[in-house]
Parts: sequence; structure tokens; C-alpha cells
Amino acid sequence: MKLSCEVNIHHLTRVEGHGNIQISIKNGVVKKAQWEVVETPRFFEAMLVGKHWENAPYICGRICGICSIGHTLASIRAVENAFDLTPSTQTANFRLLLKHMETLQSHLLHLYFLAAPDFLGVGSVLPLTKTHPEVAQRALRLKLLANDACDIIGGRRLHPTRTVVGGFTMLPEKGELEKIRQRLMSSIPDLLASAELFKTFAIPDFSRETEFVSLKGETDYPFIGGGLVSTDGVVKKEQQYRAMTNEYCLKGFTSKLSKLSRPSFAVGALARLNNNFALLHPTAREISKFLGLLPVNHNPYMGNVAQLVECVQVVLDSVQLIDTLLSSPWQEPRQPVKAKKGEGVGAVEVPRGILYHYYKFDKDGKVIKADCVIPTSQNHANILHDIEALAKQYARTGKQDREIELLAEMLVRAYDPCISCSVH
Amino acid sequence: MSEQLSYLGIPLSRPKVGFFELSSCEGCQLQLLNNEATLLDFLNLVEIVNFREGMSERADNYDIAFVEGSVTRKDEIARLTEIRKNAKILVALGSCACFGGVNQLKNRFRDLDWVKKEVYGDFPVETMEVHPLADFVQVDLEIFGCPIKKEEVERIVTDLIVGKAVRHPEYPVCMECKANENICLFELGEPCLGPVTRAGCDAWCTSNRRGCWGCRGPAEGANLKQLEEIMHTYGFSSETILDRLECFGGFASFAETLRAQAKKTPARRKKS
Repeated sequence: MKLSCEVNIHHLTRVEGHGNIQISIKNGVVKKAQWEVVETPRFFEAMLVGKHWENAPYICGRICGICSIGHTLASIRAVENAFDLTPSTQTANFRLLLKHMETLQSHLLHLYFLAAPDFLGVGSVLPLTKTHPEVAQRALRLKLLANDACDIIGGRRLHPTRTVVGGFTMLPEKGELEKIRQRLMSSIPDLLASAELFKTFAIPDFSRETEFVSLKGETDYPFIGGGLVSTDGVVKKEQQYRAMTNEYCLKGFTSKLSKLSRPSFAVGALARLNNNFALLHPTAREISKFLGLLPVNHNPYMGNVAQLVECVQVVLDSVQLIDTLLSSPWQEPRQPVKAKKGEGVGAVEVPRGILYHYYKFDKDGKVIKADCVIPTSQNHANILHDIEALAKQYARTGKQDREIELLAEMLVRAYDPCISCSVH
Repeated sequence: MSEQLSYLGIPLSRPKVGFFELSSCEGCQLQLLNNEATLLDFLNLVEIVNFREGMSERADNYDIAFVEGSVTRKDEIARLTEIRKNAKILVALGSCACFGGVNQLKNRFRDLDWVKKEVYGDFPVETMEVHPLADFVQVDLEIFGCPIKKEEVERIVTDLIVGKAVRHPEYPVCMECKANENICLFELGEPCLGPVTRAGCDAWCTSNRRGCWGCRGPAEGANLKQLEEIMHTYGFSSETILDRLECFGGFASFAETLRAQAKKTPARRKKS
């Protein structure tokens, strides 16, 4: 039986950013199982020092090309918390709706463009346009809806234009929101078809017990602000995020890493779902059960399924949000902002997990200190430990190098890592 | 999808293209995938042979290389040089590649060691002053914007393929904003670089009532001195003007002058 294996992946494909995987197994013993992050740092936290507060969301949104809306909203929340500014209910609803549409487009991008090719045995989504045209068309249709909605609410799908501290520079026309509502309703069959498709995928049988960290919802499945919770029973307030993240540096990583009760923890769709399953919309919960996902699930490959469940969740919640927004007259989109000395934290559940922005301001509202803790950086240690466990599990099974390589690639992809974001 | 393309009856070859990224958010590449309505038509125009973010297959036989991001570490110079060697046409994709982008904001600090320490403490991390691609290799074509505008990229790529000259608008964003019949943001109390920034985005931000931050760099003959005067007349501070002019690196030399005039801004990095 084959008991040795060499996997050496330089710049893993179909993920955002640059990471390497190395696995070396000799005579059934794992000699090396490594996840490396080699992305170049851009030093956003240093860039902000000395800058006026209005720069923070504008610049920090550019940390990430996939979840720029999430970064912008976390940054805005941190500034508003520092200035004791409470957004109006209308603003909060529009922000959540915008957040949902980013979650939808990001999850769909990952599920169909980055993850699905592995399960369908192809190298990218391109061959699917010929072999599975209905799948490709469905993916594009759903993603287009999410992106159009981001344009209408945030002004732009990437690096949003209308989102500012205090609210929005302008609001959509009511008719535009009504159209989005109709399209959301008609997307539900597409989401159900997506669930049917993912039901046919063979999820690798691998599990490693870990700790899951996310926001804790009170009455709703949580996305913006609130308490922090872990499956190991740690409970903290939003402003205590450092006690939840405990960042450290490690050789082989240009990103920082995090730990809590164990050597590693996980954030993301699976963590949110594990911590807040009871708060899912009943239909989303049914689909989760249909796909075999019940809390607490410790199989990292189920991150894909959790994202799909969340697609259903955000679509159904968005319909309700639009109904709420359309049922009352609209106020001015933007509240005045009064800068003051102080500090603030903004915790937002972005597609890949919980994101924190922290700023400290002087009396003129200039940044003295900035800190951004990214979901993928919180996941890196967990990915590293998973790869070790995966290598051990398959060390004596006689699998071909390519099979183990694919399992490792799929494992990292299941976290939907945003590596350049994690290094920022 | 048809394999043979033609334009006005003349057969065209599908160029092989590769997408690459240096230090960036990878958002400009994402913008290409964000073209859902026209994505499949666009993909029919070219043959993608290298796109790490989207596909597993990789090859180095590309005719056109689209490079996103700026150079911020030594190993990126070698990668960029290699890409330049393989490509017939090298396109700088987005403001980071064209001007350094937001990344170059760290260049305003004199002390790079302070920058490293501020983020990583004593943990050793390699970085360098941020540069646009053209500081190291010949760039054949620049596509401006943070982010790039997908319609513009599709037009430029189509022009390249059918052999048309690629021209950028020489006039400023202000013209497009007026054509869109927007209220001038100055009148609404919002600072804006629309009068000096190169058009081509169809006044993307200003049509959403967000002032222009100059991500596309200067229009031809941009009168920055005049802009400064106008903005002062409307009551905007020098700092507000500088925040915008220095954000993406397109106005670097004028921003440097403004910084030199201001007294309270952080220490500048020494020009060697």
C-alpha cells in the first residue's frame, strides 16, 4: 500500500489571496503538514494614523475586494460607537439589507465559482458553461440579483459609494426596492435548486472538534453588532473583542493568527450557524436539516453547506426588511456627525466570519490608533490544525498524492479564505 | 460558444489572457466576475489561460497580461518582470497598478520601521516603499479606477482585440457629472475632485452624491491650483483637499507640495 505522499502547492488557486500548502508523509507518518500565508502586507492600520475620521471607512473598505461592504460597515460602526452616534432604525435596516446582499453575492461566488468545480471534477466554472449550462446560468442569475441590489442600496457593488458615517448619501427609489423584492421572491426556486445540487455533492468525511466564535443573536440571526459568543462558553461584549481574538504572529504567516480556549478556533458561516441555529428562518432551518447540517457540526467542509443555508436566510430576511422599509415614510438619509475624543469597536459578521474594526480618536476626530481583526486571520490557525489532522487521517489509507492534495485544497477552500484581507 | 470570432467579416483570433495580482484587494479582478449579464459574451472574446483567483489551470503562454496591485515587496519585482517577459501586452489594472493606489498612503511616513512596528510590533516583516508597475517594467496600457469600471474594461479589451486604438477621455469627471444632470456637490457642501480627475467612470461616485476622491488620476491639463482655490472658497480645509489628492497616488507630486505646506500632517518619507 502507498504510505508516502508529497503535496506542495504554491499559491493555491480559487481562493482570494496567496497561500501555500505543504504535506509530507513518509511510511505512514506525517512529517510535515503546513498552511502558509505569504501575502504582502499593506499596513492599513498604519496608513490611517493621523487621518481624519471620514477617511476610515473610505480607505478601510479597500482592505477587501469581496467584502468591501462589510469592511465599510464595520468601520462606520466603529466610528459611530466612538462618537456615541446611534443610527436611525431606517439606516440600520438599509445597512442590514445591504449587508445581506453582500453576503448573498459573496457566498454565491464562493459556492458556484470557487467550491463547486471541485465537486463536479473541473478546474473552474468555465467548463460548466458548456457541460452544465443551467447551473452556470443559475449562478449568474442569483449573483446578478445580489450585485444589482448592492448597487441600488450602496451605490456600487464593490467599494460602495453611498455608505457614510451617519447613514447614506442618498437612498434608492421605492420602486427600485419593490423590484428587488420581486426578484428576491423569484430567486427562491433557484436557491432550492442550489440546495438540491449541493445535496448531490460528496462532502469529505472529516471532523475535528474545535471552538466556534460568532456574534450571538438575541432575537434575530446576527449580522451587525451585539454580543460575542463561543461554543466553549466564552461570552464577551463587542468592545472586549481583543479578549476574543488574542492575536499573535507566527513564522510562515504574514497574517496574524488568533486563539481563544484552545490552540485554534473557527469563524464564518458554520460558526454563525452553530451558535445561532435556533434563530434561523424556519425555511432556512429546514434546508439545513435537508442538507444534514445540525449544530454543533465540526466538519469544516460543511462550511459550504452553511453558506448555502445562509443564502436562504438572507433572502427571506431581506424580503421582510424591504416590507418594513416600504411600510413607513422615509426620513433624511444622513444624520449629522459630531466628532469627539474616544474609542469605538465595530463588530460585523461578514461572509467569512466576524470582523472587528477599532479606532481611537483625538479631540479633533483624528485617528491615533487603528486595529482591524479579520475573519480569515482568525481562521488561519484552525486551517493549520485541520490540515495536520487531515494528513494524519489519510496517512495510512493509501491515497494517491493528487487525492490528498485535492482534499487539502478543498479543505482550505471550504473556509472561503480571503487571504489578502487577512494580511491587509 | 463559437470558436471563430469575426468583426466586419474579418476573422479575429481569441487572444490568450492571464490575470495576475500583486499587493491589492483583488477587487479589480472580481469586477470582471461581477459582469454577470455580459460575462459569458466577454469570456467568448478571449481565452483565459491564467486566473488564479478563478481557476486551477495555469499556463504562461498569454498574449495579454492584466496585472492588478502595486509593488510593495522585493519578490513582487521578480514576479512582475517574469510576467512582462511572457506577455506581448501588459495592462496595469486599476489604481494600485497605475499609481500605487491606497497602498501608497504608507509612503507618507518617513520611517518605514515605524510603519512595520505599528502593525506587527517586533515581529519581522518585509516591505518596501510602494510603487506603481511602471516604475519597474514597461506598461502598455493603463486601466484606471478603484475599482475599475467593468463596462470600460470590456470596451478596452474589445478595442484591443479588434485592433482599435485605446483612448482615455482627456476631460474631467465634472463633465460626465454635468451630463448626468447632477446637482454640483460643492453646492451640497461635499468636497469633490471631479474638476481635475480623468473621466471615464461616468461620474460613478458623484452620481451617488459622494464626492470624487480622484482614483482615476489627473485629467489632461488639470488645474490643481485653481481647484484648491475653488475648494477654499467653498470653505473646505487644506487637509480635506489633501486627504483626497493623496488617497490613490494619481496626484502624488501635487499632494507632496500640499503636504510640505501643511504643518500638522505626519512626518513624510524622505525622497532619496
